[in-house]
Amino acid sequence: MLHTFIALVDNKPGVLTRIASLFRRLNINIASLTVGETERDDLSRMTIVCEAPENAAHRIRASLYKLEIVRDVDEVTRGEAVIRELALIKVAAGPPASSMSSRTHLFELANVFRARVVDLAPESLMLEMTGSASKIEGLLQVLAESHYKILEVSRTGRMAMRRGKHTSRVLKALGSKDHGDAEFPPLAADEALPNQFAEHDA
Amino acid sequence: MPKATKTNPNNAPTLTGAEILWATLVGEGVSTVFGYPGGAILPAYDALRKFPIHHVLVRHEQGAAHMADGYARASGKTGVCVATSGPGATNLVTGLATAMIDSIPVVAITGQVSSKVLGSDAFQEIDITGITLPITKHNFVATRAEDIAPMIREAFQIAQSGRPGPVLVDITKDAQQGSCVYDFEAVAPAPYRPHPMLRAETPEMVKAIELMRASTRPVILAGHGIIQSGAEREVIAFAERHNIPIATTLLGLGGIPASHPLSLGMMGMHGESWVNNAIQQSDLLLAFGMRFDDRVTGNLATYAPNAKKIHVEIDPSEINKNVKVDVALIGDLKEVLTTIAKILDERGEPRGVDVTKQWRDEIRAMKGDASVRDIINLPDNGHLYAAHVINDIWQEAKAAGRLDSTIIATDVGQHQMWEAQYFKHEATRTLITSGGLGTMGFALPAAIGAKIACPEKDVWVIAGDGGFQMTAAELSTIVQEGIHINIAVINNGFLGMVRQWQEAFYDKNYACSPILSPDFVILAGAHGIPGANVTKRAEVLPTVTKARTADTAFLINFAVEKEDGVYPMIAPGAALHEMVRRPNPLIETAED
Ligand SMILES: Cc1ncc(C[n+]2csc(CCOP(=O)(O)OP(=O)(O)O)c2C)c(N)n1
Repeated sequence: MLHTFIALVDNKPGVLTRIASLFRRLNINIASLTVGETERDDLSRMTIVCEAPENAAHRIRASLYKLEIVRDVDEVTRGEAVIRELALIKVAAGPPASSMSSRTHLFELANVFRARVVDLAPESLMLEMTGSASKIEGLLQVLAESHYKILEVSRTGRMAMRRGKHTSRVLKALGSKDHGDAEFPPLAADEALPNQFAEHDA
Repeated sequence: MPKATKTNPNNAPTLTGAEILWATLVGEGVSTVFGYPGGAILPAYDALRKFPIHHVLVRHEQGAAHMADGYARASGKTGVCVATSGPGATNLVTGLATAMIDSIPVVAITGQVSSKVLGSDAFQEIDITGITLPITKHNFVATRAEDIAPMIREAFQIAQSGRPGPVLVDITKDAQQGSCVYDFEAVAPAPYRPHPMLRAETPEMVKAIELMRASTRPVILAGHGIIQSGAEREVIAFAERHNIPIATTLLGLGGIPASHPLSLGMMGMHGESWVNNAIQQSDLLLAFGMRFDDRVTGNLATYAPNAKKIHVEIDPSEINKNVKVDVALIGDLKEVLTTIAKILDERGEPRGVDVTKQWRDEIRAMKGDASVRDIINLPDNGHLYAAHVINDIWQEAKAAGRLDSTIIATDVGQHQMWEAQYFKHEATRTLITSGGLGTMGFALPAAIGAKIACPEKDVWVIAGDGGFQMTAAELSTIVQEGIHINIAVINNGFLGMVRQWQEAFYDKNYACSPILSPDFVILAGAHGIPGANVTKRAEVLPTVTKARTADTAFLINFAVEKEDGVYPMIAPGAALHEMVRRPNPLIETAED
């Protein structure tokens, strides 16, 4: 299954390699990984989506925490978090004279999918779309089924943020800038005993 | 004299990066480093003699890493090794990997080309932090003098905390040559952050206690963690309180005195039959600071099928990795056992109820049954067996009253397993061996590190003729340091463990396992180290005494039986109780 982890990591050179190297060592394929700045300039935020057995999550999380540069790791599911992706899609579409109808149709399609046309060139146009991965895949599928020629696709990979008032444990704990004497609160008491071998309905 | 300023409140001195390196090491309590100079680390070496640090010049940087490792295993303190950039740094790799997989605190310092040419394939530039990423707990690159002290201090904290491990600090030449204010106190690392998934709360402990109450056939599995945590006494007290027999992993040997009535001996692939059978037949396994490595579990599908499992472990990523457990107490073993004892005391748990007596009697019976196959009970038939040699080294130390002060560093192979079986370790940190990586060439340099850490102890190298040749150049280091180390080469003319596998699983096709060796006694002599050849059992004890009481290092070449095997043995994939026992010819000569 796909797991989505949100990791807060030190904003330092080499951090990405350490994370990527860990997944390589565990022989887990990363489906997507986004990194960017956060509300604190000493921390970066990563959303890591990977394909791994359901029960592997505990070990991945525990292993991530063993990296010195990792401050907090959260695993989120679709229900608990807003998960978004951005895609740029370049579609072949000639000038109005030659294929008037196809361009108009593309604008309509974009409208329905809440995508935006962000560039118009003589032979192509570029769509920008933000949404869940499945929405983006929906647009791509409709384009393909309508026999549009997709020239290029660039997707950011997923970004996730928990819904509601959840502030990450670590930011709450760090408080001060020099994450000096911050105490790490223990895991929530209701968090089940980690069990990699749990029976689960697949 | 500079004045105290806002950025320098303690009016600290200005030093070069090179000086800061050594000063910080001194501040961290380091008195000895193991290293080898070269261009990119020369500024540091130039400043070395101003500091109270003893530098041991090795013959190969792999030796430096193993010495730092042996130093750490013997003393519990962090070992330090130093190498230059490029080939010096890459030569450390095997040693760091060995320390990583066995969780040994080592700090490695490497020189690096100047920061201005980093990434340009400059002479002797290598991306050592990239190379060592998976074989260090963490690593750093210092490109400015200001980086050095905080990084070294953090490196020590990381190496020693939680589950220990090696940390590498790569220091560019210009960082060593630059200078800045040096204030040891001001660069103290932030307080250690324990792994946030540690978890050893009272409810889980109570669950563990309940499992113990329901058990009549419990076994403690004592791993390296009992030594790393310093929990030897707590484990023994716990075992005594509940009358639980203790099986030990290879790296746990010594943590529990072998002669303790509850001590069973080593488990696993070459563990004793009664130990593995006890584990398979137990109804409760208490895994203390061990990680259910494939070498101790055999086939996981058939492992201890009727046993509930309690796992006390400091590394959360080890929980349920290989074996599913019923209760996990994730934390420091010593603290966990202390808390459990407190809970039991508070509850007025009755003491002295012995519910495991029948179980222990059963195990004792299995043990008696096994002893007839034991090669030790084989009468002298004119052949010299490695097991006898090791048994005699043990007997000699015992007779001399030196058992608690004898450290054995083994190499990897058959002799390593015979050592584990026949040298009965009574004291903690007296066995130094590469368990997880199985690094041949480890013994000699590790023994040098151990001897320098514990000069008052007798230190033995027990190595095969193959592995000894991998790092034999360090004989010269022994002489230059003027230290007394005893070396036992168990010479069977083969890469013995490989030969045994070829015998068992490859139709005796001894491809590339016969190995030619120099005359080790002459080799030692060329270094000024006296030695002796031993071919008969009767010569073993007197020669061992001669070595132990010599003024200098001493090498004994034991010409042992060539095609002997380590038994019992569990074939890969077989269940833990499906042991291959010693085959016939030897049994027949014993009183079976
Ligand atoms: C560096 C390294 N290379 C190869 C091996 C594989 N290996 C394991 S045991 C062994 C044979 C060791 O032979 P020897 O040192 O003579 O010891 P013996 O088994 O005969 O006691 C070999 C080659 C290893 N463990 N380490």
